[in-house]
Amino acid sequence: MMDQFAGLYNYWIFIVLMMIGFYIVMAQHNLIKKVVGLNIFQVSVFIFYISMSKVEDGSAPIIAEGITVYSNPLPHVLILTAIVVGVATTALALALVVRIRDSYGSIEEDEIEAEERRREKHF
Amino acid sequence: MLMLNLPALQVVLPLIAAPICLLLRRSDWAWLWATIVTWCCLGIAICLLSKVLSTGAISYPIGDWAAPIGIEYKIDLLSAFLLVIVSSIGAVVLPYAHASVSSEIPEARIYLFYTMYLLCLCGLLGIAVTGDAFNLFVFLEISSLSSYVLISMGRYRRSLTAAYRYLIMGTVGATFYIIGVGMMYMMTGTLNMSDLANRIPAVEDTRTIQVAIAFIVVGLSLKLAIFPLHMWLPNAYTFAPSVVTVFLAATATKVAVYALLRMIFTVFGGDPLFVIGEILMILSVAAMFVGSLVAIYQTNIKRMLAYSSIAQIGYMVLGISFITTTGLAGGIIHLFNHALVKGALFMAVGGMFFRIASVRLDDMAGIGKRIPITTGCFVVAGLGLIGVPLTAGFISKWYLVSAALEKDMWLIAVLILVSSLLAVIYIWRVVEVAYFRAPPKRAAVMSEPPLSMLIPLFILTGASIYFGIDASRTIDIAMAAANFLMTGVAQ
Amino acid sequence: MSAETLIYACLSVPLVGAAFIVLAGSYPNLREAVTLCTAGFLFLCVAHLVPTVASGFRPSITLLEMLPGLSIAFTIEPLGMIFACVASFLWIVTSIYAIGYMRGHHEVNQTKFYFFFAISIAAAIGVAFAGNMLTLFIFYEVLTLCTFPLVTHHGTDETKKAGRIYLGILIGTSIGFQLFAIVWTYVLTGTLDFTEGGILAGKADGPIITILLLLFMFGVGKAALMPFHRWLPAAMVAPTPVSALLHAVAVVKAGVFTVIKVIVYLFGLETLNGSDGSLYLAIIAGATLLISAVIAFRKDNLKARLAYSTISQLSYIVLGAAMATGAGIVGASMHIVMHATAKITLFFCAGAILVASHKTEISQLDGIGRRMPITMGCFLIGCLGIIGIPPAGGALSKWYLMMGTAESDHLIFMFVWMGSSLLSAGYLLPIVLRAFYSGSKTKASVQSKGGGTGIQEAPALCLIGICTASVLTIGAFFIADDLAGFLSPIAGM
Repeated sequence: MMDQFAGLYNYWIFIVLMMIGFYIVMAQHNLIKKVVGLNIFQVSVFIFYISMSKVEDGSAPIIAEGITVYSNPLPHVLILTAIVVGVATTALALALVVRIRDSYGSIEEDEIEAEERRREKHF
Repeated sequence: MLMLNLPALQVVLPLIAAPICLLLRRSDWAWLWATIVTWCCLGIAICLLSKVLSTGAISYPIGDWAAPIGIEYKIDLLSAFLLVIVSSIGAVVLPYAHASVSSEIPEARIYLFYTMYLLCLCGLLGIAVTGDAFNLFVFLEISSLSSYVLISMGRYRRSLTAAYRYLIMGTVGATFYIIGVGMMYMMTGTLNMSDLANRIPAVEDTRTIQVAIAFIVVGLSLKLAIFPLHMWLPNAYTFAPSVVTVFLAATATKVAVYALLRMIFTVFGGDPLFVIGEILMILSVAAMFVGSLVAIYQTNIKRMLAYSSIAQIGYMVLGISFITTTGLAGGIIHLFNHALVKGALFMAVGGMFFRIASVRLDDMAGIGKRIPITTGCFVVAGLGLIGVPLTAGFISKWYLVSAALEKDMWLIAVLILVSSLLAVIYIWRVVEVAYFRAPPKRAAVMSEPPLSMLIPLFILTGASIYFGIDASRTIDIAMAAANFLMTGVAQ
Repeated sequence: MSAETLIYACLSVPLVGAAFIVLAGSYPNLREAVTLCTAGFLFLCVAHLVPTVASGFRPSITLLEMLPGLSIAFTIEPLGMIFACVASFLWIVTSIYAIGYMRGHHEVNQTKFYFFFAISIAAAIGVAFAGNMLTLFIFYEVLTLCTFPLVTHHGTDETKKAGRIYLGILIGTSIGFQLFAIVWTYVLTGTLDFTEGGILAGKADGPIITILLLLFMFGVGKAALMPFHRWLPAAMVAPTPVSALLHAVAVVKAGVFTVIKVIVYLFGLETLNGSDGSLYLAIIAGATLLISAVIAFRKDNLKARLAYSTISQLSYIVLGAAMATGAGIVGASMHIVMHATAKITLFFCAGAILVASHKTEISQLDGIGRRMPITMGCFLIGCLGIIGIPPAGGALSKWYLMMGTAESDHLIFMFVWMGSSLLSAGYLLPIVLRAFYSGSKTKASVQSKGGGTGIQEAPALCLIGICTASVLTIGAFFIADDLAGFLSPIAGM
């Protein structure tokens, strides 16, 4: 039973972070906070990938004298890609928020929706 | 040499072309460049399809790193078929784009538009080409990120919020997908799809794999807008520039359907498939009805067609959910036919918008007499959407209904037909306004949209008729692809 | 020319004609000359095929393979031959009439009218010659779609509403029921080719046959079985030549033609006899027959009364086919011809009255027979055809229909035939009586109001059409025997 919690603590962290992030994305009405939530959500996945490739007592994956056990480098590489994607997503999202604020004068979802309903009834 | 590297070129060509487009800056040059590149892509795709048809599936290790270590591009019949669909739509849309884009997007940003267009095309083609689960995620994100940008270029301010919402939902979907992929990697130690397919049966019953499957299916379902995960789609399609709507409606969701097919058939196979099938069947029937019913009450034509897309995605997924050869073939053939039909419909609407600067149904009064050719194409393509005989839509409905009857699912067969009657209603609403309502009194005399917009419209409308009259070739391909996918189930 | 080439010719002549009609659009005389020539040429082509088919040969072509194993194919057999002859010959008559009518009534958009008319005829020929159920279904739908612009010709709110009913019922039933039944048949049998003896024989058991039969019969909305008959009265908003040719001949006959085809070539008479389906169908058809005849009594609008009479007469054919006996099938097929000639005469007369006097209600027709003796004389002949009194052809088809009923197990339906004759006499003959014998006052008022320009006979071209149609109505009586001989192979007699 203890193993389930302590032995797999990295996964618990992943799950908790993921849920926090996901909750923020769903529940927050502030566009910036949503983006932050999305970031936490993504980062939790990075942690998940990175921690799963760690091998007990393994060293960095460098081929050198005397090192036989080393962590799996592949997920790390994958996550490099995923981080790039994540940065791009965040940048784009923030850029969109800036534009939204320019044209609506607000970054609160409910205010924007009210504005949309008022001005553009025909859609 | 060139022939051997076609699979890589298919993706790399638009990828490299995109930054060059950025450097060109002049809008006409950017357009010309993008056009040349997409037509080359179409050529490559056709070469690949004919090669696959004659010699079977192609496997291409990137950088000569053999699978499963390296990334493998794998092109079988289904992916080659999809490549042709995506690249031909991409190629046909561009001549149309020239006039439409310059009327809807500020001159200074047009080169950015084409850059993003090429990137999006690259991503979509990449999804079809790759044989690696993680690589698929990367391409998915390339296409999604560029499509968020494309949507936000619309001339309404609601384009921005639509793009933002799509971004949030799309990113959540993609992240779900990589969580699933990560879990599969934990259990099998590989990311190559065919390798995964070999190793998954051994660990199929573990909870990790089951959770992974759930994550992947939900993540992809978000991307392909299966009811009830479709909330992002109507706004995105409605407020995007006309060209973007044409392109995304005809390709993006189709590629997501392909990704779903690939994952659940090629990778999972076996028992989980039938559980997924049952769930998808219920959702897709709901989508067929909800999408069509909501479409009936729309006053904005683009939004109406967007809801109709949700219903049509329901048909494709329904075909998949039968998990029989006929059903799969029906889903695949509908994927193709719907790309043609919906592309033509959105093009026609774009043409109307070009002239009357509105997509509201009320502003369409008498448009059938003012720009008869464009409206005529809309009606013909609309018949295809309904599934009237001699149009492409009929062929897909035929296969879907046969698949339902083969499995003795009478109710489903009836539901398919009844829901296509709902399409009659929403298409007919447009026809009545366009032909029977008098145009506004002060309406100026207007001409058809320029020929550069009409010809692509003719091509797609014509194709939607042609593939309804002579469907044997497409059916052969869809059947062969379906047979191939079903071998994954039998193992 | 070989028979196969002729089939291509029959299918393409109306289409080519339609193209020329559009090209000649701005020259009315040329346009109408093109229409007449096309119609004449089409009839020649169709008539040329008759001897071939009569000698027992079944010419057949395959246009293209639409789906693997399912092609668009045409095969000519006696029933389709007769339908094609009727449609193509009456097209000539209607064209002559239409020229007079459209000009006399100053209709708008005449080019559109002639164009869609030609396309509709092409679709009707496609239905007649279809070699399998898929082809038939395709042309059936094309026929629905290309008659829609004719129904909504005037473009008013009223026609828009009627157009909605028209499309809604026809497309709804055909996709909802008929297509479903077709796919089901295909899944059961693996073919859709029209085969003598039926393709469903031995492939399905009783209840499924019954369900399929009802799906097919309600699916053929054009046969106007209740409760899917509302489209036919609605379609009467169209100009009269359209009502005459399409809603007395091409469209509705395409419906009952499909019914007979399905019963003979998909189910087969023996299979049908062995199931309860035929009884249910007979009950539905019998009920439609009597109810619509009763409704016809209550309609004061002349075209509406004729429309309900058409619904009733269509059920004659369905009822005859439902008997699933040789004589019943022959009678039903023959009634296609007899009813077509008689009903087109009646519609022509109604149109002529409209053109000449702008009257649409029966109660306004007092004494009109004295003003328009030729028209109303022909109207009487049409009535005789519908009621089934010699020397009109209707008498003989009814004879066969009754023989068919006598041969079957459902003798009770004899009473339906008797009752229907009385009913149709009851709703048609008063019109003639009123026209000739009553209302001298009205006549006086017409004269006083209209001054010297009282009601006169319809335009000459209309009269030619009317007279030809009524001659045909009587002439059909004398060729009935040949018709029966021509049709006997399909009924296994």
